[in-house]
Amino acid sequence: MPPVDDRSTTSFRPADAAPLARLTDISRLFGSFAALRHLSFDFQPGKCYVLLGENGAGKSTLLRILAGLLPPSYGAIHLFGTLTPAEACGRIGYMSHAPMLYDELTGMENLRYFAALYPPHQALAPEVALRQVGLDPALPRTVGKYSQGMRQRASLARVLMAQPELLLLDEPFSNMDVTSAHQMVALLAGLRTAERTIVLTTHQRELALPIADHLLTLREGSLDSVIDGGAARA
Amino acid sequence: MMQPVSAQPRGWFELVRTHLLKDLRIEWRSREAIQSMLFFALLVVVLFSMAFDPTAAASREIAGGVLCVATLFASVSALNQAWTREIRHEVLDALRLTPADRSAIFVAKVLANFFFVTVVQILLGPVFFIFYNLRPLGNGWLLLAVIPLGTWALVANGTFFAALSIRSRNRELLLPLILFPIFLPALLAMVLAVKTVLTGDGSDPHLLWLKMLAGYDIIFMTVSLLLFDTVLQAE
Repeated sequence: MPPVDDRSTTSFRPADAAPLARLTDISRLFGSFAALRHLSFDFQPGKCYVLLGENGAGKSTLLRILAGLLPPSYGAIHLFGTLTPAEACGRIGYMSHAPMLYDELTGMENLRYFAALYPPHQALAPEVALRQVGLDPALPRTVGKYSQGMRQRASLARVLMAQPELLLLDEPFSNMDVTSAHQMVALLAGLRTAERTIVLTTHQRELALPIADHLLTLREGSLDSVIDGGAARA
Repeated sequence: MMQPVSAQPRGWFELVRTHLLKDLRIEWRSREAIQSMLFFALLVVVLFSMAFDPTAAASREIAGGVLCVATLFASVSALNQAWTREIRHEVLDALRLTPADRSAIFVAKVLANFFFVTVVQILLGPVFFIFYNLRPLGNGWLLLAVIPLGTWALVANGTFFAALSIRSRNRELLLPLILFPIFLPALLAMVLAVKTVLTGDGSDPHLLWLKMLAGYDIIFMTVSLLLFDTVLQAE
């Protein structure tokens, strides 16, 4: 048994069958600190999930576990049916706080490099991905000289380019001006319409509300509540 | 929707080429690795020359050691930098999420580091021969095999152990602590092979040191390739 508190498992399993991602009794410890505690949840395909919670609630840890970048200390995770995150890595897009791009290369060079690491017919043309997020593919500036907002958009372009089925976005609206943030929300709304599954974390609840199918609130590593997006907007 | 992802989306050599070109382009723009290595190695060579002021005969005895140690110390900073770039903005995590074969990342890094160290050795060579007043008395052409084989041993091991210590807070210190003892057999073989060539003493007629270097390269490159994915996935 994991040495986390004996609070009962926080389980929210919608009735729908065949989830895109299934978390079963996930706990994640960092030393003696439990970042996630007995978390169980099913993410349905084509939906947008917004993770809310204070700093340290476990939002980023949950995203990294879903991405396969961090193994859970306890519990099981299955994606696309029976795959482990490592087996499904090409079908997951993950955007972190950091841009996950090389400072010394331009946005276009970065995206060309990453495009070459995906199957030839999976990746979008880098130019298309950059234009989708409102960046000019011909921009000669290296990413190190981009503003924070531009880095954030270039990072999203890297994620979109691989056309992942599951998008994991860690605070995608941070460091963005209001106009850019609304443009990103519109872009994500389009992806949700295209049946992509989105899980994003944010502190800007109102911004994400229009595209949220479900609002999940984490508190001290446990799932505190799940609210239907429609009900929250009403 | 539920199609399995191809394990190797592109040809392995194409992937190596992609990673290698990226590393070369970044180095061309930043010039971090080559510049720092070159100045450090130059300093070691000049300081040793001034400190000992060796005669021509003594130079032939110690030159191999000085060259190898200068290369070893100088390359540590470059080996660390090679992976620091990958973790600076969590780029390594983005690479881990691609379906491409991870061994290509390692091989490309080894090739890039080998190229950087070789460039430094080529620039250092003339200075070295002038300062130590060297003229090979043995088969000078053998240096063209000894030095690349020794350099490969250094960068293959160094790249692997730099990846291993990448998440450590003390990685700058950890790399030499792990690398130097393990590189010691290759260092000895390289130093003795260079000395044999420079002095022409005929003590190694069957080129045993050269063969040992080649064997060391094959063994450590194979082990590193087999373990690299595990190292990359480690927390």
